[in-house]
Amino acid sequence: MSIASIIGQALVLFGTFFYVLSSLGLIRMPDVYNRMQTATKSATLGSLGVIIGVGIWAIGEVGSYSWIPKTLIVAVFLLLTNPIAAHALIRAAYKSGVPLWEGSIVDRYKEAESSLERVEEIKEKLEEPSRGVEINE
Amino acid sequence: MIEVYLFLIAVAVILSMYRFFRGPTTADRIVAVDIMTTLTTGLMVLFALYYRRAIFLDVALVYAVLAFVGVIAFARYMEGGL
Repeated sequence: MSIASIIGQALVLFGTFFYVLSSLGLIRMPDVYNRMQTATKSATLGSLGVIIGVGIWAIGEVGSYSWIPKTLIVAVFLLLTNPIAAHALIRAAYKSGVPLWEGSIVDRYKEAESSLERVEEIKEKLEEPSRGVEINE
Repeated sequence: MIEVYLFLIAVAVILSMYRFFRGPTTADRIVAVDIMTTLTTGLMVLFALYYRRAIFLDVALVYAVLAFVGVIAFARYMEGGL
């Protein structure tokens, strides 16, 4: 058993542990947003561990270095696309009206939307006097 | 030794299937599908090492691309833009 096999197996075990944690979080958490948060983070970390670990493990097991570029491509692709998919899903869930858990204490998205509305109200009020001046002239 | 890791990942997929069948809203089910596709990508990479065929890694890459497109399509559908 070479040293590359040992390092690769340790990485694969690490990734598998995080995979199991992510599916446990999917069961345990109270609402969609919490579930998505635990599941996406730990599943991304776990797949990085498993995929790069397989690339290193193959050096000792198969004896070929050609696995590492392919596994790196898969890992980088997952690292880039997983957060994008999670963000799109959560935005869609919020806009389709899925309620927050009753114990959640802060809703930054709602605060940002209401502050945007206030900015637009202030802009309208600022434009009104200039219109009045034009009518007076 | 690879069989142990394959078994652990299969257990994780079955645990997330619970949320897929149980989930109260549509968003829960789509989150479960997203996690299951990520787990399946890892499973495919491990299977490539189990059978010692480097060509199976390409299958995993294409599967990851298709899963990403599918989840984005579901998200657009839920948002009402599709």
